[in-house]
Amino acid sequence: MIKVTNLSYIYQQGMPFEETALSDISFEIPDGDFVAIIGHTGSGKSTLIQHLNALIKPTKGKIEINGVDITAPDVDLRAVRRDVGLVFQYPEHQLFEETVYKDIAFGPKNMGLSDDEIRQRVLDAMHFVGLSEDLLEKSPFELSGGQKRRVAIAGVLSMRPKVLILDEPTAGLDPKGRDEILNQLVTLHKENENMTIIFVSHSMEDVAMLANNVLVMNKGKLAMKGSVADVFERSAELREMGLDVPQITELTHRLIAAGVDIRPDIYTVKFASEIFAELLKEAENV
Amino acid sequence: MFKDITIGQYIEGNSFIHKMDARVKILLSLIYIVILFLISTPVAYALVFLLTAFLVWLSKLPVKYIIKGLKPMLYILIFTSILNLFMTGGGDVLWTCPFLPSLKITEQGLKTAILMVLRLSLLVVVTSLLTLTTSPLMLTDGIEKLLKPFEIIKVPAHEIAMMMTIAIRFIPTLSEETEKIIKAQTARGADFESGNILKRAKAMIPLLVPLFISAFRRADDLAVAMDSRCYHGGKNRTRMKQMKMTWRDGVAAIVLVLASVLLLAI
Repeated sequence: MIKVTNLSYIYQQGMPFEETALSDISFEIPDGDFVAIIGHTGSGKSTLIQHLNALIKPTKGKIEINGVDITAPDVDLRAVRRDVGLVFQYPEHQLFEETVYKDIAFGPKNMGLSDDEIRQRVLDAMHFVGLSEDLLEKSPFELSGGQKRRVAIAGVLSMRPKVLILDEPTAGLDPKGRDEILNQLVTLHKENENMTIIFVSHSMEDVAMLANNVLVMNKGKLAMKGSVADVFERSAELREMGLDVPQITELTHRLIAAGVDIRPDIYTVKFASEIFAELLKEAENV
Repeated sequence: MFKDITIGQYIEGNSFIHKMDARVKILLSLIYIVILFLISTPVAYALVFLLTAFLVWLSKLPVKYIIKGLKPMLYILIFTSILNLFMTGGGDVLWTCPFLPSLKITEQGLKTAILMVLRLSLLVVVTSLLTLTTSPLMLTDGIEKLLKPFEIIKVPAHEIAMMMTIAIRFIPTLSEETEKIIKAQTARGADFESGNILKRAKAMIPLLVPLFISAFRRADDLAVAMDSRCYHGGKNRTRMKQMKMTWRDGVAAIVLVLASVLLLAI
């Protein structure tokens, strides 16, 4: 479980450029949850997730991961980073090895595992992200954009983290590459029930498709937290923060405003089509 | 990691020196440096020291910044002064090493060592005064204008200036990028801080390879962006901001020339 209590972070404290990036954030994420973090650019999403694997130390507040206080001065940072895998934005920009295999093996190697164990983990990670094994000995720089990104994600998965955090995993990909990554995240979550996945996204459709719960950041503060349905119901507030709701939610909210009697918590097209089918049936029967 | 780099650091201001024309500032700095290497008497050095102090005061920059610029020079200063102290002969012998009679400090050696330290420090102070009071853009513009006459002998003045502008402009971008890659690799268990020199050099590979690739990618993008806006080098290009010389530049030039003549005379 991830427990964040009264977390605040101030950039360059005491300097003339001092800026509050995060202020007084508290939330809990249970094991195995699938959480989306949404927010306007500069709302503090990236700063927040970098706190979760101790790349940034908070100015104030506490972060506990599975009972371990990772803000304590004597904490084993390597263990924290092994447990909490962080995939940065455009992670393919961090590839550096000669072969795909070596790049994915970089994390496990730093953990000091045996060669057999490393090999097993690399193959597992490649399987998770849907890369075929004949890419193993290729240079990562020969691959397509979507493939590169999957290699980079595999490089974090090979450390077998208990919590996987991804910062905008689909940014800059074409629709096909995007769908592949998203589907793999769904599969990954299904196959590893205890793995917590947290991802930052600007696409409300992606959030609706993947997440169970949502954290909404606004100007360094945690503006909302709750289930996807609860958050998307407050579409007016989201819009005020420069955010949006999925198009299908927008549609149903407009229908409600026009006097149609349907529930307000629809956020996937699949669910909407079921509701609309019922509506049509009722209309025919009248 | 790169926060201590002071190259291209510019502090905005409204002082006499800030308002001077970049071309004049560059030229006068050059003259100053030449003078610094021509003079040799202690009296002349004392005068140059006073002149420099006056310039610093005139620039209204915090003295702290000027001294900070000297810090990276510390080892070079110590090294040269020790070398000069022991290796220069002439004059009375002031001190002889009891164990190694050939190692001694002479009057001439002491004098050279002190003057050398003073010379190097003043050199750094004046050059950093130039960069601290002139924005990088003005500086490269100034260099371009000054190199213009050399185009007759095929010196690509505009290209040199453009390259400098681009290099300076990308220092913060690349240092940001470096920080990001360090974080990403740290998240994968990379360790940049411990181990011996060989191990640490090896640990830099996961940082340097992505950094180079991204630098090349940015260079490529920039080239395309410049091309698509029809950039084609210096010919017939006009400036949005024309450089103008004012009475300040005249006063400064006269003062420095008079000072030079005086310094060379004594």
